[in-house]
Parts: sequence; C-alpha cells; structure tokens
Amino acid sequence: MRFIDEFRDGELASGLAAAIRRVVRRDREYRFMEFCGGHTHTISRYGLSDLLPHQVRMIHGPGCPVCVLPIGRIDMAIRLVRDAGVMLCSYGDPMRVPASGGLSLLKAKAGPGRASGSDIRMIYSAADALLVARQNPQRQVVLLAIGFETTTPPTALVIKQAQALGLGNFSVLCCHVLTPPAIASILDSPEVRQGGSVGIDGLVGPAHVSTIIGTQPYEFVAEQYRKPVVVAGFEPLDVMQAILMLIEQVNAGRALVENQFSRAVTREGNRKAQNLMAEVFELRRSFAWRGLGDLPFSALRIRREFAEFDAERRFAIRYEAVADHPACECGAILRGVKRPSQCRLFASVCTPENPVGSCMVSSEGACAAHYSFGRFADLERVS
Amino acid sequence: MCLALPCRIVELRPDDRALVELDGVGKEISLALVDDAAVGDYVIVHVGYALSRLDPEEAAKTLALFAELGEAARQERDADPAGR
Ligand code: SF4
Repeated sequence: MRFIDEFRDGELASGLAAAIRRVVRRDREYRFMEFCGGHTHTISRYGLSDLLPHQVRMIHGPGCPVCVLPIGRIDMAIRLVRDAGVMLCSYGDPMRVPASGGLSLLKAKAGPGRASGSDIRMIYSAADALLVARQNPQRQVVLLAIGFETTTPPTALVIKQAQALGLGNFSVLCCHVLTPPAIASILDSPEVRQGGSVGIDGLVGPAHVSTIIGTQPYEFVAEQYRKPVVVAGFEPLDVMQAILMLIEQVNAGRALVENQFSRAVTREGNRKAQNLMAEVFELRRSFAWRGLGDLPFSALRIRREFAEFDAERRFAIRYEAVADHPACECGAILRGVKRPSQCRLFASVCTPENPVGSCMVSSEGACAAHYSFGRFADLERVS
Repeated sequence: MCLALPCRIVELRPDDRALVELDGVGKEISLALVDDAAVGDYVIVHVGYALSRLDPEEAAKTLALFAELGEAARQERDADPAGR
C-alpha cells in the first residue's frame, strides 16, 4: 500500500538504526516518552526497542483515548441504556472497557434485562450513529463519543448535521479529551519534575492528532519545560527518525518542536476542523482521566447552542467517580511510572480476552501492546 | 482509536463524500473536513472522515532522508569497521 509499505522498509530501518547508534553518546541515557498509544503499538509490533542502543529508553505515555476513559464514564453509558432506555452507539474499542459491577458495554449487550442485543450498537463512524437515529425515529439514540482531537471533528460534524436535520432523537455523550493538557500534566507530575523516577528528555508527539491541531500547540513544552518534541508518523521508520531527531536535539542542548510527519502535518493544522470544534464544543472546567486524575480544562463539552444534542443535559445524568481495580496499575502505566510487566495481574489474570484494566483493551494500550508483541522480551529485560 | 490510514480518492460524490481505495478495497468516506481534495489525492482517513491531505512531495523527501541517513552511517562504519 502506497505511503505505508515504504515507511516499513527493513533495509531503511537498519540504516536508521545505524544512524542512531552513530549519534548516541555512550556516557548518558536518553529517556523519551511516546505520548500516543499508536506509537506504543508501533514500537512493540515492530520490535523497535531491539533496534535501539541500550542508552535509549522509551516510556509509554497516556495517549490512548480508551485507556484514559474512567470507569464512571462507561457506567454513564450503561445507565443510559438500562435506566433511560436509549439505543447506544459506540466505537469498537470502548465496548470491552471494564465498567462497574463486572460489566462492560459488550457484557451489558449480551446480558439479560432491558438492554437487548440491539440496544448497544458498535459503529465504525460517527456518521453511522446519525444513520441509526434516522432509521429509529421512535427511539432515543446516543453516540458515546470518545477520543482525542483526531476523533472530535467528526463528532462536531454530526451534531451540526443533527441540528440541520432537526433530529429530536439524537444526542452525544461527549467524552472528548485534549492532548496538550495531558502532556502538561505528565510534565508537571512530581515523578518527572523533580527528575525522580521518570525523567523525560523529550517527547515523540502525536501523529494524527497533529493533522488537526498542528504542531503549534506543543510549543509550550519546548519553551516552558525545555523539552524537545518531535511530531512523528505512526509507521516504524517515522518513529525511528523521530528518535534520531530527539537525540540530536538533546546532544545539542536544544529544545524545539520539530515535525517529522511533514507529509500530513503543518504548524497550523486543519483550520476547518478546528473552527468546527470551536463552534460546537467548549472547555470543561475539569475532567476525570484514568491515571492522571482530574485535570483542569482538559476536555470538551457541548456548547449551550447545541444543548439538546448533549446527552448529559437531555437525560440529566452525572459522572460519578469509581475506583479502579485495586491491583490494576493502569494509572501508573499511563503516567509512565510503571511498565505493564510490573503489574502482578499482567498476562496472568489480565489478558486481552479478559481485560481487568483499560490498558489491556485497545491495541494501542501499553498492556495490550506488550501482551501481543513484547511480553517475553520485556519480562527478560526487566527482571 | 487514533489510527488513520492514507487512502487514494477514486471518485468524488455528492454531499462532500468520496470513494476511496485502500489495498484494493473501496469505501465511501466524508471529505467535509478537508478543502479541495481531488481524484488521485491521498487523504488520511479516520473513522470515515478524511483528516488531512497527504503531501506526496513531503513523503518523498522524508523517504530520501531515511536513505541518506542510513547511507551516511553505513559509509562511516565501512571506513572504520573496527570502530566504536
Ligand atoms: S495488566 Fe491489566 S490489570 Fe495490570 S495494569 Fe495492565 S490493564 Fe491493569
């Protein structure tokens, strides 16, 4: 496939690995956080850690929208189905996220009670949810909208379309979150700030989020925190080059935002999509993230002008915090403090077929990535 | 969730929609988030929406740079095989 296969070429990868070995200084360590789960997935799937010199250590970040969704948000969706009798549309990944009472959307769908099979539907696109609403005018249809800035513009579009169509039976449970506040939260955490257990020398910045927001929103990281950021594509060669660029910045004592993914990302990003988001959404004062806690101005809610399409308003439901499974280390993993293999449930009780925490659900989750591609190698390295 | 793939536009359709092709499979997507996309362009598609256009020139430059970096490293190693 064009623009994919070329960026996975093995020969070029070994060349890039040689280039990395050439610039790495032997007298220091380089600790880089890949913010996105997409990069985590690539690093595990292609075994990039094995191509990197031992001085370079990659730390997983919190950039997996499924992983950072707290239990209480899934509970809200299940309550909407069970108590308010709505038809719920969800992307595939949130379906398997563990909720309270041993439930998940998938189990609620299969289980007894009011929620029969057709009340929870898996959709591929936000547009599908709109279609379900049009096909079922006698039912209230709710889209469980999750995701970073990548997935937000489509949600904005369908809300506007629903308004234009005068659809009275469609609304959105908005759980969209923002990337820059999550990065700031990591850099502000005591573990990172005081150079404690997780010093970070630089960040691999999001690929597809950045097609929308551009590279400009990361400039505060370089300016205020003095950390280099390289926005990178999700293919293995993209990640390798980004690591090389970060090492070069660190060696030169520079902290700049650089763009490795120039084939799809600009500094300004997609203005059309940004304007749409600004028209439909506004900042929430605070939002609960799994692992990171309540972060101020880190998520979006639907503006008053579109209030009738806001499921939280329409059905008067509130978020209630629920504690994670006591042994699950997702929180620490999302902050980069622990690795999946340091969780005692990893690969024993917790597996992709039977996830205990959200990091084992999505293929972009650190636990799922390690389980599928790297658990044995990684266990060896850790022990 | 944030994964998206580059797909080629093969046909423009009404209402900002388009038929794209990925690995021989056709799929209808929305172009509502991008401006001026044309048949033959590659767009990055996520949950049924094109997020941005892919710039083939920039892609070629990046690929050329990969090759150049690898070549430089290789030449250095060949010049000093026992080095490091
Ligand atoms: S292995 Fe499972 S229980 Fe442990 S941190 Fe990962 S998701 Fe949580």
